[in-house]
Amino acid sequence: MKTNRFWSWLFLLLGVAYFVFPLIGTFEFSLKMRRGAYSFDAYRTVLTDPQFQATFGYSVTMALATIVMGVVLVVPTAYWVRLKLPSWRPVIEFITLLPLVIPAIVVVFGYIRLYNTSSWLPLTGSAMGTNILLMFGYTTLALPYMYRAVDTGLRAIDVGTLTEAAQSLGAGWITIMTRVILPNVLVAVLSGAFLTFAIVIGEFTMAALLNRPAFGPYLQLIGANRAYEPAALAVIAFGITWLCMGLIQLVSRFSKLPNAGR
Amino acid sequence: MAFLEIANLQKDFGAVRVVKDFNLAVEPGEFVSFLGPSGCGKTTVLRMVAGFEEPTDGTISIGGRDVTRLRPNQRNIGMVFQAHALFPNMTVAQNIAFGLRVARTPKADSDARVAEMLALIKLPDYGDRYPYQLSGGQQQRVALARALAPRPKLLLLDEPLSALDAKVRVSLREEIRQIQRNLGITTIFVTHDQEEALSMSDRIVVMYGGRAEQVGAPFDIYNKPSTRFVASFVGTLNILRGTVTDPARGVVDVDGNAIQTGGELSRFAKGAPISLALRPEAAALDNGPAPMARGKIMDVSFLGSVIRIRVNLGQNTISFDRFNSPGSPPPAPGEPCGIAFAAKDILVLDD
Repeated sequence: MKTNRFWSWLFLLLGVAYFVFPLIGTFEFSLKMRRGAYSFDAYRTVLTDPQFQATFGYSVTMALATIVMGVVLVVPTAYWVRLKLPSWRPVIEFITLLPLVIPAIVVVFGYIRLYNTSSWLPLTGSAMGTNILLMFGYTTLALPYMYRAVDTGLRAIDVGTLTEAAQSLGAGWITIMTRVILPNVLVAVLSGAFLTFAIVIGEFTMAALLNRPAFGPYLQLIGANRAYEPAALAVIAFGITWLCMGLIQLVSRFSKLPNAGR
Repeated sequence: MAFLEIANLQKDFGAVRVVKDFNLAVEPGEFVSFLGPSGCGKTTVLRMVAGFEEPTDGTISIGGRDVTRLRPNQRNIGMVFQAHALFPNMTVAQNIAFGLRVARTPKADSDARVAEMLALIKLPDYGDRYPYQLSGGQQQRVALARALAPRPKLLLLDEPLSALDAKVRVSLREEIRQIQRNLGITTIFVTHDQEEALSMSDRIVVMYGGRAEQVGAPFDIYNKPSTRFVASFVGTLNILRGTVTDPARGVVDVDGNAIQTGGELSRFAKGAPISLALRPEAAALDNGPAPMARGKIMDVSFLGSVIRIRVNLGQNTISFDRFNSPGSPPPAPGEPCGIAFAAKDILVLDD
């Protein structure tokens, strides 16, 4: 028993050290901008940089648009597959997994070839068009997480019976979607949304290749040209990701819909 | 003209015909049960009336209006499902108000109707609870209130009691029947439980293999089953196999007992095999000099108020119930005994 405990603790400590030391190192380094004393100068420089504000604002906007797009695309799809096409579930699941297998750079090159200025839908011809294209790209990247989260949420309710109950009470498809299905998978949608947010904030490849002023390319730019600020940015980015994770936990814990009683 | 008219209804799932030429006319305010084993098509007929399945052929009309091709949300029908049909994200009051909100009923009217419905199902203080905070029986009562709130023309109940435990099931079926009577709403009730169907219905449709085998009042279904299936499905039935000894006088030999049936059997030849059916409540022990049949007690189960006795005649056994009476202890297994029953209680089954 004692030995068991010892080895468990040892491996836990090793694991924690593996993750924590680089973070501590990065954090410590980010505080060293002023010679001989710890200070938050690097953070001040970064946070007051107008380019940081612009790129961060851009990425947050894109993340929110991606979440809306993802919800509009995934919730009805997952619902319809569960309700009417259950035999299609493995196919849809496979398709949603593809973004994990196909590198983002391949996807974005495909986009550029398909939607360039000489194509039938020249999305890359304008800034707005490129933004829309980038949002579609992000939606694709987030698809595996969003679909899985929503599908799991739908599993917890009896989709068929709830739909029929709503129909017999006179509800049409839009009412069923917005008043019955969406509220019941809201927790799942939110956890999918936070994951999407974290992915979009840190994404580099697509934004860089489509030449949009997003946070990822800015991170790279600073990293290549400055010493202390990249460390500060890395810590900030970690903080955002962790905040998202924490929010997922919080949302699922305080959800009003425990699965008890069914 | 009947309120609900189902004519020549057919339904195919692929190559399988699950409902075959189903016809039914339901009068306003009537409570009709569809009774049958699973897979007999009873739920499919109900779902076609609700609009969840499209008939392959035939028509359904409600109140003189053909609804065969209408979508479920245009039919003004209230439906209660087997289980898990309350919206888990809404309170009891919001669940009941759902149909009213969809119909854009003003809030004051809707609130009043919800309060009225909560009183009707005797859960007046439960409006703020969520479905998961209710027991199974309470959930089904709320489901009933939700179905009734928008004042539907027709109420469909799809095995609403089968997911509940026995005690709740009995009390809730009385409550449902009472509410239905008070509101006078035309109701179709699907069940595989013959006791539910017999105790609640004005009329029963016994279904088998996609067909309506017999339509009639519970009393007639039980006492005058028209087909062999109805006879064996409704109630417990003793089936006796024997041979016809005197077709003109209707006498049948069962394990050496000459049994007098209720009528002549001229459609059978002398010596032809025949199946007779006998309800358990029609038989009784008879230790007099001339019982209808003689046999040996096989076993005796004491069930409290009732004692179930099985008697072996040879090839056949007859099981019947006797009320418990403290003055006369039940017979012991192995004892010889006589059984009495009236000739008119014997049903002749056509094979």
